[in-house]
Amino acid sequence: MPLEAINVSFRYKSGPWILRDLNLSILPGEIVGLTGPSGCGKTTLARLLAAFERPEAGRITLDGQPLPASGYCPVQLISQHPEQAVNPRWQMLDTLREGYIPDESLLLALGINNEWLKRWPNELSAGELQRFCVARALGPGTRYLLADEMTTMLDAVTQAQIWQAVLRVAAERRLGMLVTSHDEKLIQRICHRMIDLANAS
Amino acid sequence: MLMTKEAVRPLLEVSGLSVSFTQYTGGLRQKTIQAIVDLSVSVRPGEMLAIVGGSGSGKSLLAHAILGILPGNACVDGRMIYAGEHLTPVRQATLRGREIALIPQSVNFLDPLMRVGAQVRSSSLNGNGAAVQREIFSRYHLAAGTEQLFPFQLSGGMARRVLVATAAAGNARLIIADEPTPGLHSAIVRETLAHLRELSTAGRAVMLITHDITAALETADRIAVFYAGSTVETAPVSDFCGEGELLRHPYSKALWRALPQNGFRPLSGSQPSVDDLPQGCLFAPRCPFASPDCAAVQPELRPLRGGETRCHHAA
Repeated sequence: MPLEAINVSFRYKSGPWILRDLNLSILPGEIVGLTGPSGCGKTTLARLLAAFERPEAGRITLDGQPLPASGYCPVQLISQHPEQAVNPRWQMLDTLREGYIPDESLLLALGINNEWLKRWPNELSAGELQRFCVARALGPGTRYLLADEMTTMLDAVTQAQIWQAVLRVAAERRLGMLVTSHDEKLIQRICHRMIDLANAS
Repeated sequence: MLMTKEAVRPLLEVSGLSVSFTQYTGGLRQKTIQAIVDLSVSVRPGEMLAIVGGSGSGKSLLAHAILGILPGNACVDGRMIYAGEHLTPVRQATLRGREIALIPQSVNFLDPLMRVGAQVRSSSLNGNGAAVQREIFSRYHLAAGTEQLFPFQLSGGMARRVLVATAAAGNARLIIADEPTPGLHSAIVRETLAHLRELSTAGRAVMLITHDITAALETADRIAVFYAGSTVETAPVSDFCGEGELLRHPYSKALWRALPQNGFRPLSGSQPSVDDLPQGCLFAPRCPFASPDCAAVQPELRPLRGGETRCHHAA
């Protein structure tokens, strides 16, 4: 039942290869850390796994099948820049309910204030927006969660708050996770195993 | 240094700073948003002060207020003393870029159409700019050809070095680094901070604004913790240890204990928004030790055990 990258190669247009013959497998319930220097393709790999990009060679499969081309994607990506991941012309309530209707307990766990629901994205800080992006990605159809520097822009208290909520949901529903971070301590704390992308492809 | 750090007079002293913004809410109706409530910090020559706090705690606004580059609808109140004299808007205009330098967050602050060598030379105000720039580039391990490059040709790590070099090339006595290491690989973070540390060891005053408390602890002398636009504590770096029992304010303790290596313990709720601040202590709604008087009266910043704190209950 894994999420797999099989012999994946990728480059943007005719630029230099970013990933070559990469193989990766994540099992349900497994939390995998992904590290490597800036520019080595961590974000690109996450975008490939969530079907935001197509590999030039190789395949991305879930349970041996390609990811569905339409509808709610079972692989959800949470990006480093929440302000670029929400529609600036939607109020936060609409963004929150884009894929499903999250329950109150999740909003409480993520520290989402009810007054924020009527706000526009430019009226919230990056940390506040990121809480919405996390809630939005935890729909019932989600089986894998890719956290690309999910809490890099946040203070330690907010980081712990968001991670504890996500880890609890991931454990309850046996979600597989890929966690990208420059924070070695964070990776050591939450991940079952670690991949160094500089040596992987 | 012959004198101890405590004996040196602060180069910059900010006390009771508040910043509010006037906004139009529709038609001619205006409302005032209180972005900074009550900030107090001071930094001495040869010292590195780190300012930590969540987003929206007023860290960057403080830098902009010191430099006098807030937008026109901002209203600033409080006291800022630089080198013994009040920091008036006229003085700010003459000092910024000369005595007070800013190291910005991102490479986007460099001029995209100017070679980086020329940009660094432009901040060196006396003597031979080119010689100063080359000496700094070699000290920061930037290859000789780098000065001919444009900002888009730099890697993330090189861009950091150029930004720091720009501040180091001038004769600024106060250097304000605003989130100089966002989302960078740990080796680059360490290198950038080491360069900043070098500048403070050479006698300059350095103010490091960051949300990365681990990085701050590795390099700074003292840490000021901001919460919702107020200083809740200043403490020597050595107080951040163990379970945080030496810290004075419950929010600083929570920050320390929330680190992945220190328990990863969260707090519920969120920082109050600037247009809906509680009447009393700003931290009271999330504080495990809050009592009825906390919700009623905003505590004053007071000296305590070699630091400062804004808490009724701290002892």
